[in-house]
Amino acid sequence: MLRPGLPAAQYDQNQRERVTLSQTNAVEARNAVKAFGQGDNAVRALNDVSVEIRKGEFFTLLGPSGCGKTTLLRLIAGFEMPTSGTILLDGQDITYLPPNKRPVNTVFQSYALFPHLTVAQNIGFGLEMQGRPRAEVKATVDRMLALVKLEELASRKTSQLSGGQQQRVALARALAPAPKVLLLDEPLSALDLKLRREMQGELKRLQTETGITFIFVTHDQEEALTMSDRIGVMSAGKLQQVGTPREIYTRPLNRFVASFIGETNFMPATSDGTTLTLAGGYQMPAPVLTKSGTVTVTVRPEQVKLSPTAEPGTLPATVRGVVYMGTDMNYQLHLADGTEIEACVVSDVTGEAALQAGQTVGVTFTPGSAQVLED
Amino acid sequence: MSAAEKAQAAQSTRNGWLLSTPALVILTLFAVGPLMIVVVYSFLAPGQYGNVEWQFSLDGWRGILWTKDIFDDTYGLADANISIFWRSIKLSVLTTVLTFAVGFPTAWFIATRPQKSRALWLFLITIPFWTNLLIRTYAINEVIRNEGLMNTVLLKLGAISEPIRLIYTDTAVFIGMAYVYLPLMVLPLFAAIDRFDMRLLEAGYDLYASRMQVLRRVILPIVKPGIIAGSILVFVPSLGAYVTPRVLGGGKQMMIGNFIDLQFGQGRNWPLGAALSLTLLVIVTAALLIYVKYANRDVSNGH
Repeated sequence: MLRPGLPAAQYDQNQRERVTLSQTNAVEARNAVKAFGQGDNAVRALNDVSVEIRKGEFFTLLGPSGCGKTTLLRLIAGFEMPTSGTILLDGQDITYLPPNKRPVNTVFQSYALFPHLTVAQNIGFGLEMQGRPRAEVKATVDRMLALVKLEELASRKTSQLSGGQQQRVALARALAPAPKVLLLDEPLSALDLKLRREMQGELKRLQTETGITFIFVTHDQEEALTMSDRIGVMSAGKLQQVGTPREIYTRPLNRFVASFIGETNFMPATSDGTTLTLAGGYQMPAPVLTKSGTVTVTVRPEQVKLSPTAEPGTLPATVRGVVYMGTDMNYQLHLADGTEIEACVVSDVTGEAALQAGQTVGVTFTPGSAQVLED
Repeated sequence: MSAAEKAQAAQSTRNGWLLSTPALVILTLFAVGPLMIVVVYSFLAPGQYGNVEWQFSLDGWRGILWTKDIFDDTYGLADANISIFWRSIKLSVLTTVLTFAVGFPTAWFIATRPQKSRALWLFLITIPFWTNLLIRTYAINEVIRNEGLMNTVLLKLGAISEPIRLIYTDTAVFIGMAYVYLPLMVLPLFAAIDRFDMRLLEAGYDLYASRMQVLRRVILPIVKPGIIAGSILVFVPSLGAYVTPRVLGGGKQMMIGNFIDLQFGQGRNWPLGAALSLTLLVIVTAALLIYVKYANRDVSNGH
């Protein structure tokens, strides 16, 4: 991504890298903008999004509803054309190619199975439309039925299937034509929790077995963390951060990413570039490249350590409440400057809280757990 | 289920029958009764001044396809009757096809409007029903006759040098019937398209189907019940149409309906009229059975 203020030489370097990289990218969006409506009422569902999705990876677009993730998916599928910007598939410009000319298939949120066709006919539909020979269609359909374990239901109508089975048919139907990229639009949102867990594993298995690039859209951060090779976090039509689940969780770039993925604490601090000073004078080393001045620091609750007394070198806090969560004990803490933070401690064998509400405790953070946010 | 419950269930079944008895009696009297009269009349001899002579005769049934030579009493095929049957079937099929060709895009248009304006469009479709059929048919006559609106305008514009002779032809009857029966095609088609899940279109395009293939392989098979219902609603009354061929066919381009009317009027041959009515009934029933059977087999094959 091009950052403003980069020296010209470095910019050229980036350009060159991008050209060579696009050989290995399955899908690439360049400065994609999608506006709905006209004139002053126009809403930018996508606001200048650039992203590179590599071949064979499980890429997840994560964000709350209305963040533009589905719009981006529809641009890649070809159901919508961008207002400006480019979509590339295997380095080829496909921005204005109709959906039936793109080697990309979609698993729809509603599944959108053809009600007048059987399971096998649904799965074979794409192959038939491509004009593949009858024998090949049959062989592929059989292989797909085996892949999603629906052999016995081949001649059923789709209306006679359960939600989980319909989901598998939708998957098999989209995989049958062996697309270069498979797009999945919140495919698990209609399933109950148990089935969802099962299908998460199934999806991951299918992706590994077929080696097809998966682009998965979800608003469920847990789903994103457990399944993805990389995640793109979106909010308000913009891509906020792209990275592996580990990077996204431990090194969030901004407040939105930090709070959308998992629980976290925000604390104001002052930085001199090497040391962070929190309320009450508590000091800790700043991560490299931290700017000087007033900053926001974030620490995950499970990285907050508590000691029974506010010893020197700890951040003094008052316990406001204790919530027993089963595996964990959740402490709500009140810092000297009025900031509320949470600490998450693994419960002991009795399930009794070690610290009581009203007690003054000392807070420390696991070294390296503090993140300084861009905004 | 205990004995008491069984008795109660039986009682409620009896009550059900008892309550529907009046309706059943009326239905039997008014649906089956007149039909029986028609059947009986078709096997009697014609009276001198209309009505029937109470003696058994097959002349009515014979008269459908054969005609008695007035000189030597031999029977020959009645060409006139056959051409009337042929015209009725041909024009009804054409009417059904034309109303579908016009009605499908219309119904699709209405079904894809926003919920609010949809009611208005449907309302507009039903407006022709507010005027008497006869008046509407005469209005068409006024438009297409030799000195009518269409020819006057075209002559004035110099598009034609002499009037297009359309009135009192098969084409006039066909256009008239298509106009009259169009709403009967649009409404069931609309109901079917309204239920159609538009997301299936995207699924079709996504799976490499062209627009034509999406229409043929996704839309048409799914809205087929609406097509069948619309076709039946148009084909059946077209076959027995009376007013339209009378006004726009000018009494020369007769259809079965006019032919039957003739037997009960000037023809004074009630048994032949009765036999013709029953023949029409048989043709309609046979056509429907064949059509529905064909359509169902089509659906289950998915092609």
